[in-house]
Parts: sequence; C-alpha cells; structure tokens
Amino acid sequence: MSDTSFIRTEMLPAKTPPVGQRGVVKWLRENLFAGPMNTILTLLGLIAVYYLLAWSVPWVMRGIWDADTLQDCRRLTIERYGEGASVACWAMISERWHQFMFGFYPQDLYWRPVLAFGLLFAALAPVLYYGERRTNLKLIGAVAVLTLVFMGETWKLADIAPKATPALASNSSLVIGFAVALFGLLLATAAAAPRKLTWFTAIYPLLGFFLLWGGSVWGPLGVAMGFAILGIVFVLLQGRLGVVVAAGAGVLVAAIWWLGVQTVATTALHSAMPMGLYSVNSDVFGGFLLSFVIGVSAISMSLPIGILLALGRRSDMILVKTLSVGFIEFVRGVPLITMLFTASLLLQYFLPPRSNFDLILRVIILVTLFASAYIAEVIRGGLAALPRGQYEAADALGLDYWQAQRLIVMPQALKIAIPGIVSSFIGLFKDTTLVALVGLADPLTGITRIVRADINWKNIYWEPYVFVGAIFFAVCFGMSRYSMYLEKKLKTDHR
Amino acid sequence: MTIAVEPPKAAFRLSMLIYDTRYRAMTIQVIVLALVLLFVGWLTDNTIQNLAAKDKDINFGFLWARAGYDIDQQLIPYTNDSTHGRALFVGLANTLVVAFFACIFATIIGVIAGVLRLSKNWLVARLMTVYVEVFRNIPLLLWIILSFVVLGETRPAPKDFRVTDEMIAAGESPAATMSFFDSVAITNRGSNIPAPKLTTDLGGFELLGVPFSFAVLGTLALIIGSVLVNNRVLAQAKAVQEATGDRPTTWWKSLLILFAPTLLFLWVLGFHLEYPVLKGFNFQGGISVAHSFTALVIALSIYSATYIAESVRAGILAINRGQTEAAYALGIRPGRTMKLIVLPQALRVIIPPLISQYLNITKNTTLGMAISYLDLKGTLGGITLNQTGRELECMLLMMMIYLTLSLLISSLMNIYNNAVKLKER
Amino acid sequence: MKKSVFLGTLAATTVLAGAAFAGTLDDVKARGELICGSNVALTGFGAADAAGEWKGFDVDLCRAVAAAVVGDGTKVKFVPTTGETRFTALASGEVDVLIRNSTWTYSRDNDLKFDFVAVNYYDGQGFMVKKDLGVSSAKELDGATVCIQTGTTTELNLADFFKSNNISYTPVTVGDDTEAQRQYETGACDAFTTDASGLASTRAAMADPGNHIILPEIISKEPLGPVVRHGDNNWGDVVRWTFNALLIAEEKGITKANLEEVVAAATADAAYDPEVKRLLGIDGDMGAMAGLDKEAFKRAIAVSGNYGEIFEANIGASTPIGLARGLNALWTQGGLQYAAPFR
Repeated sequence: MSDTSFIRTEMLPAKTPPVGQRGVVKWLRENLFAGPMNTILTLLGLIAVYYLLAWSVPWVMRGIWDADTLQDCRRLTIERYGEGASVACWAMISERWHQFMFGFYPQDLYWRPVLAFGLLFAALAPVLYYGERRTNLKLIGAVAVLTLVFMGETWKLADIAPKATPALASNSSLVIGFAVALFGLLLATAAAAPRKLTWFTAIYPLLGFFLLWGGSVWGPLGVAMGFAILGIVFVLLQGRLGVVVAAGAGVLVAAIWWLGVQTVATTALHSAMPMGLYSVNSDVFGGFLLSFVIGVSAISMSLPIGILLALGRRSDMILVKTLSVGFIEFVRGVPLITMLFTASLLLQYFLPPRSNFDLILRVIILVTLFASAYIAEVIRGGLAALPRGQYEAADALGLDYWQAQRLIVMPQALKIAIPGIVSSFIGLFKDTTLVALVGLADPLTGITRIVRADINWKNIYWEPYVFVGAIFFAVCFGMSRYSMYLEKKLKTDHR
Repeated sequence: MTIAVEPPKAAFRLSMLIYDTRYRAMTIQVIVLALVLLFVGWLTDNTIQNLAAKDKDINFGFLWARAGYDIDQQLIPYTNDSTHGRALFVGLANTLVVAFFACIFATIIGVIAGVLRLSKNWLVARLMTVYVEVFRNIPLLLWIILSFVVLGETRPAPKDFRVTDEMIAAGESPAATMSFFDSVAITNRGSNIPAPKLTTDLGGFELLGVPFSFAVLGTLALIIGSVLVNNRVLAQAKAVQEATGDRPTTWWKSLLILFAPTLLFLWVLGFHLEYPVLKGFNFQGGISVAHSFTALVIALSIYSATYIAESVRAGILAINRGQTEAAYALGIRPGRTMKLIVLPQALRVIIPPLISQYLNITKNTTLGMAISYLDLKGTLGGITLNQTGRELECMLLMMMIYLTLSLLISSLMNIYNNAVKLKER
Repeated sequence: MKKSVFLGTLAATTVLAGAAFAGTLDDVKARGELICGSNVALTGFGAADAAGEWKGFDVDLCRAVAAAVVGDGTKVKFVPTTGETRFTALASGEVDVLIRNSTWTYSRDNDLKFDFVAVNYYDGQGFMVKKDLGVSSAKELDGATVCIQTGTTTELNLADFFKSNNISYTPVTVGDDTEAQRQYETGACDAFTTDASGLASTRAAMADPGNHIILPEIISKEPLGPVVRHGDNNWGDVVRWTFNALLIAEEKGITKANLEEVVAAATADAAYDPEVKRLLGIDGDMGAMAGLDKEAFKRAIAVSGNYGEIFEANIGASTPIGLARGLNALWTQGGLQYAAPFR
C-alpha cells in the first residue's frame, strides 16, 4: 500500500503580491489613480499645486532684504534678476517689523509687552493642565526661557532707539532680575504645589494691565483690594442671605470702594511711597500687540458675563430670561463693525457729558459685550449637552441652585465648551483686524497704511499683507489644532 | 390617598422676600427690572444732555434731503439727485444681493470641499484640508482685499479688447478677448455680462420707487405655477407607486411642465440677450458688475465655504456607518442610499450650523467697506453719515435694519430646519 | 437749550456742560498736553515714521499750537481719525483741535457746529489721467471711469462738475488714498480725482511720473484748515493766531535758525520793527490777551520754523512730494496767505 496521499504540514510561504498590488505602486493606485475620475482629480490637483508653487516660491525666496526704499528694491530686482522679474521687497519688513508687532509702543519698553505675553501662557497653563506638575513645569520653563530670550533681543532695539522714558524705567539688569525672580517663583510653585498656580491666573489680568499700561503700582493693587472686599463680603453673607443677595451686596460694597475710596487711598499711598512703571498711554498700542490686547481682554472679561447670560437664558425667571435672550439676540444680530462704530461714534452720547476715555478702551468694552453674547451661546451649548440626569442627581443630593451649578453643572459644561471658547477666541482675534476701520492701528490695514504713508514705501502692496497673513495663520492654526487636541483629551466619556 | 401634611401657613414677613424661595425669584426679578430701568434711564438722560450740549436733536429729516453723491452699483434707480433715504435702499439692496450670491456659492463650494475632504483620493483630500485650514485661519478682511486686487491686476484693460481696422488689415488679434463665446467681458475695472432683454415690453408699475415689470412678474408667476403643478404630478406618481409598487415614468412630464410654459412665454415676448460692446472708454451694454461686488462675493464664499465644508464633513461623519450598510443589505443602490438614507439624516446635523453661516455672511458683507463696496454700511453708515453728521440716527437705523435682516433670515431658515428635521416623538 | 423746555431739571446741567466745553484752553493748559486730531496716514501732511514720531505739514501746526499753549512742541498727543470719525471726535471733545486737511464748507461750519479758524492750505480738486488716453481737458472725460475717495467733499464736487458740464461718468468709489492710487495705476479707472496736492504727491511717488498728466481744471475750492468746536472763541483765537504768527514770521523773515538773533537784535535795537517785537514778546504782553504768556508765539515759531519752512520741509519743492507754493505763497508773492496785523 503505497502512500499516495500528501498532506501539507506547513503553510506555503506567501507569494509577494503582483507589482501593481504592493508598495508605492499600490498606494498610488489606491489613493491617487483609482478610476478615471480619481485620476483626473489627481492630475488637476498636481497642476494646481505646481502653478501655485512656481508662482509663489521664487517671489518669496528671492525677496530683497537689503534696501532702504521701494525704489531701491525695484532697482536691485532689475540688477539681480533682470527686467520684468517680480520678487518680494522684504526690506520693508526688516525695517518696520517692530511696528507690525508693537505699534508705537516706546521702543525701550518693548520688554513689557513681551513679558506680559509670556506670562499670559504661564497664567493659562494651570487652567488647561490643572494640577499636573510635570506639564506645568515644562510649559512654564519653556515660556520663561523664550520670554527672557526675546526680552534680550528687543533690548538691542532699545539701545539704538531714542529713549522715550527716563533711564531708570528701563534699567535692564533690574528688569531681567524681576523677570527671572517671577519665573523662578512660578516654577517653584509649579514644583511644590501646582494647584496653587491658579492664584497666578487670578492676578494675571491686573499684572498684565500693569505691565502694559504702567503707572503707579497702587492702582492695580487698589482694584485687587476691591475684589478682595467683594470676596470677603460674599463669604460672610452667603450663608445667611443666599448666593445672589450676597453677591449683590459684595458688588455694592466693592463698587463703593472702587468709586469712592480707592482713588483717595491710592493717591495717598502713591504720594507716601511712589512705586510703579513708566506710564504708557494705550493710544500707542498697535500691531499684533493691539490685536492680542483686544482679543485676550475681551474673551477673558466676556467669560463671566457669558456664563451669567447663559444661565439667565435657561432661567425660570421670565424677566431675567427675556432680558438675556434680548441681549444675546441683539448682539448676535448686528455686525461687529456696527459695534466698533458705536464705540467710536455713539458711546460718547450714552456716557455722562465730558466723560471721555481712550478709543481703545471703548473698543474693548464694546468687543467684550459682543464676545459675551457668543460665549453665552457656546456655554449654553455646553449646558444643553449635559444629560438631564446630572441636574436631577444634583437635586436629589439636596444641592441648591448655585451649589449644583458650581459643583456639578459648570465644571462639566465648561469642559464641553472649551473648544467652542477657543474657536470664539480665534474668530475674535481675526476680527480685531476690523478696528482699523475706526482708525486704530491694527496689523493688517492700520499699520500697513502707516507704512505706506512713508514716501519710501509708498506703493508697496503685497509684502505687508503676506507677512501679516502668515502670522495670523500661524497663531490661529496653532490655536485651532490645540483646541482639537484639547477636545480629544477632555473627552472623558468612553463611548 | 394619604393625607398631605399641610405646612403651617406662616404670616408673610418682609424677610421672606429674601429667604423664602417662593418669593426670592420675584424679589430678584423686581431688583433686576429696577436696575435695568435705572440703567436705561441713565443712558437716555445722558444722551439728551449730550445732544443738548452739542445743540443737536434727533431728526430723521435728512433722509428726505438730496444725497448728492453717486453709487456705482444700483439695483434700483438712483441718481445723485435722489434722497438719502433712497440711497439707504440702494445700499440695502446691494447688501442683500451680495449676501444672496455669497450664500449660494459658499454652499456649493462648501459642500464640494466637505465631500472631497472625505475623498479616498489622498492628494485631493489633503489639498482640501490645506484649503480649509488656510482660508479659515486668516482674517476675512485680507481675503476680501486680495481677491479685489487680484481681479484688478490680472485682467486686461478695456482698450486691449479693441480691434482697429489696421489690426484687421495686419491680421493681428487684439491683446485680449471676451470670455464665454464673446459674451462676457472681464476687464480690470469690472465685468460686463449679457443682459436679458425683451422686444415686446409689457409695461409695469412702480411701487415705493422700485419699478416692477409685468414681464418679470409674469415669468416668476409661471415658474412658481410650473413647480406647483410638477409637485402635483410627482405626488400622484408617488401615490401610484404606493398603491401598485410601480412608479410611472414622470421625467418627460416634469420637463415639459417645468420649462415649456416659461420658454413659450419668453419666446412670445421676444427674449434675447444684449451683449456688451466696447464703446468709448469702456464696455457698454449688458449688465456691468463692479469688481468690488465680484471680489466680495468671491472672498465671502471661499472663506465661509471652509466653515460650511467642516459642518458638511461633520454631518456626513455623524451618520452611523451601519445606516449605509443596512441600506446596502436591503439592496438599495449607492446613489439612492446617499439620497434616501444618508443625506436626510446628515442634513439634520448640517442645517443648524449652515443657518449661522448664512447669518455670518450677511453680517460680514459690511467688510465690503474695505474695498468701498457701497452696501448699507457704505451708504447710510458711510457717506450719508459723513455728509450729514447725523451719527446717532444713522447708526441706530443701521443696527435696526441689520437686526431685522438677521432675525428674518434665522426665522426663515428655522422654518426650513423644522421641515427637514427628523420628527421625534 | 431747546431741550430744557421740556426737561426742566436738565437746564442747569446743559449750561454746565456748555460752559465746560468752552474752556478748551484751560483744559489743555491743565492737562499739559494738546490732543490733536490728525490723519491716520497721509504722506507729507501727517503720518508716523518708523520710530513712531509724527511728521508732516498738519502735524507741525499741531506742534506749534502745543508750543504756544503748553510751552513744549513735543507735548502733543495725536489721535488718528478717519473720514467718518473725525468730526465726532472733535464734537465729543476727544480732541482739542482737528488739523487734518478738512475742507471748510458752509454746512460743516453751521450744521455740524464747528469753526474753521484758518486756512493753512488752499487746495482744489483736480484730475489726473494717463498720457496715452489723449485727454487734455476734464471736459473731454465723457463716459470715463473716475476713481474717487469716499467720505470727503470730493464725491459731491465730482457729481456737480459732471452734471454742470452735462457729461456722464462711472464712479469707482475707493476707501483710502493708497488704494485709489493703486486702482488708478492698474487702470481700473481712466481718471483719478482728489485734491491737487494729493495728485501731485501721488504722481511724484509713481514709478513712471512722466506718463501721467494732471489736467488743468480745478473743479472746486478746498480751503483746508484747523477746526475747533463752535462757541469756544478764545480757543479758536489761540489756534488762529498761532497760525497767523507763523505767517507773519515768514513775512518778516524770522526763521527757526535766526530766531534767537532776531530776538537779540530786536531787544537791543529800539527802532526794530515793532510788529516783530510784539510778536516775539519783547514789547508789551500781547499773549495775555489770548490767555497765553508773552513768549507763546516765539515758541510756536521755534518748533519747526515759520509757515514757509514748514511747507518746504514737508511738502515743498525739495521733498519728493514737490508741491509748488502756488496759492499758498504769501500775499506779497502773489499767493493767498495773508495774516491780519499783529497789533
């Protein structure tokens, strides 16, 4: 009996797929040339990419950096690349970049906006990474290094620029010492008690204001004192009178302090112990400094207003609800430009006669109102996304309205709303370019207009737009990516 | 039933206004109302004082005064002898027409980009991602200015289109020619497109200064009528399908009903197109479209399309894959799956953000100011305000108009949203 | 005061507010700084340079006023205003004086409640066209496309001009100066119209100035000058006479360079021109009449020199803008600039 049966005991080695089905070719076939329609699309795409690059890359890369005027640039272009060549004139950017960044801020004080900008991230870190020691340490460390480097860099400018301020006001060693000490303190806190860092976030608005505007140190301290009074009154009364009444009383007492006592107290303190920074008026703010000041202050101030409006809109009290809805819908119904023109043309009609203040402050107020309506809607979305059971559970635990909001509802709703808040900020940041229409020096058209008024750069056209557009793109793209990352990170439900 | 224990009826005390939750809400509302009234009163009082100090009053009489300036794009008749009030309406019409076209184009581009972002073609998907990211992360103002400049700088001047006798003799062709079979002239100062004209004029009437032509009204009525009749036919076909399972062919009926009456009507009236021709300095005839309008429409639509693309993508991704698979399992063809299963569900997700994009487009038309497009902001809130110095009146009027517009659009779109929304129980 | 009829309590406050608005001079002195409404950016007339320093023809007049009132030509805050916001800024008291090439018109003077206290530049609206268009007069512009800047008197003049000549045109409205130029250069319009000074400076900055001509017609009168609020006569006088002082200085040959020499000579020489002595505060206390001190006008001249010097330094023939004095020459040289006597 011969054994003719054959049983394979091991698998045949897999054959390599045909050329068309493996490696690069397969990828190309599947992703670029699957079917005639796809092939056409791919070819069209390739042509579009080629034309875009062939047109833009030489223009950008061959740009002229060493010229003093546009005429110089044109001459050098012809010398280097022959008649008819078109290249960028980046020399304008290298001469005027500081105006695009800081507007007319005194050049020897550039360290102040730089430091304020750096500290902004240090203040945001503990909110975004609450209690995470390592992340906070890394972030604040990186911010500290970058800020100090940039402060050093801007110092070189200050040395050549005419001094706008008394020498002591921009004493470099003193300033660097202060910055190093501040960052050191922050890093130490981050290492020892990362949760305590939120205190820095709380005082940052006043610190940032003080750094940018300067003036007597007692002014911001007085304002802080007002908030402290508000807090104390609230804590004392809350147990007996309930949250709303206690908050009302707190605001009342604080308002008395701010409007009545503070000026007297701070003036007295200032004359007794004059301490402060060289005062800078906000009419010199311009460029990206202006964009950030308007964007950041409007968003941060609109958050509390937005939360109140969102709660008001969901309230059972018919009057409160009507007012909130009315406000939100009105603001969302009119274009931002009309708000800006209200700030520049109408606000002075609504304020007591002779009360005049800076256009930038007026714009910030109106933009804050504008942003708060949008933030309110974002937060309302967060509130609505919360399952009904959360509210019911809070009620079942016997929490009252404010306890439920504070402990159960808001932490979850805000978490859901963070991406929305970030995208509101991106929108608002882009919209700050509109302030040029009321005569402020925004980077896009405001500063560009000023640069073009110089006879040397009179007809320059594309370069400032490309430069400013690139920076806007970098900032906004970075933020939108970050918000996507946050969205993923904060997603705690495991669906 | 158990006997409910009645809480002892306490006599009303003043402190209950704060402590008793039943009254607290009332107390808070009264206080809020008082504060709001106080605030409004304060504002009004300030305004009256300020007006008095400047020796001004609130007076809308300027709307009936001669405007004196020209507007380069007018949808309703206007000359510099017309009133400021009429300039307002010209501006409003300009706002509406930009918003209308921008909404349509943004939707088309947005839907295409959103679908292509999900394309299996790697290059196309990446290109669309780049498009979306680049356009939405750079301020709209920049795009408006850029598209305006590109239109102006890349197109030839009108004189380049000119064909002289010498050129014909020498056999040369002009430096530039008109596009689309010699019907559209895009020069560096604007575009001229063919204008529809009728040889027989039916006359018309004027309402509030806006002329209405019977021919146009008649055409509109015919189109609406045809659509209604067509709907009846389709409904009947559906009824037959539900009763018998077979759907009668309707496409030729639909075509006939939809187009035949209108075409016949237009043919009887002698419909033809008037083509632009080069005369003097410029192209004459046809409809001339200013570049500021074109640029604004282009910039608004490509910018807003990125947002629409994102919501379309999100909408399609939100539909459970199982829906498509189930449809395939039932033997429904892919095209019909998209039409009958996926899209109706995706629309529910897409429409609310679409509404807010339409609102944004309408509000963003004000940015036309940067390229001097004379919309409502340009006429009422720009030149009129400037010439009359009536900032309070102009701004209030303008805000009210924009607010009305926004509320109108959002309510119209909400009606549509309710129509397509899945009916939940 | 009309409002006080139906709001009795308001009458008092209205008077108060009105009175408060009247004291701009005291306000400026107390503040120690002049707030000057300026152009956002207009080549030669007012713009900030790379260091953030404001420079220009209008800016120098602001500095002269500041020097006269506060004693220091650098104590000026410039508030950039657009065509839309300028008059509101002045009316609301946000700025003390508006020196921003604004045309003096009847309705602005009366309806908007302002006072134009002087004319520091006589301008007029003109047209610029490309040479190859073959046009030599504005009346040949029938059917042309014309670029105009909005928010000014230009658009009204243009409409009037074409109407009165019975010819038609297509307007292309443009927001700002640079944009209008760009559009004109790319050929988006056949003609560019604005004030003649603007046309000249635009032409000067072009790559090919030879290919453009400015048509001879000047279709309007555009007296540009400093504006103050109506009813504040004292403050108006201060601004007017500061400007007049600059004119008189040119007339008398007082320059920034020789100012101190003139002062020394006039102090030493009893027979020196008495008007110069009064102007420079050597003889009598003329400044006090306007609420200023003796040497106020001397300081005003010291900042950037007399009217002629300011003109030459910012927009004159030696600058790239290259404007001729023309109507703005002194009356002694055939121009319109004529200062009332300082006595």
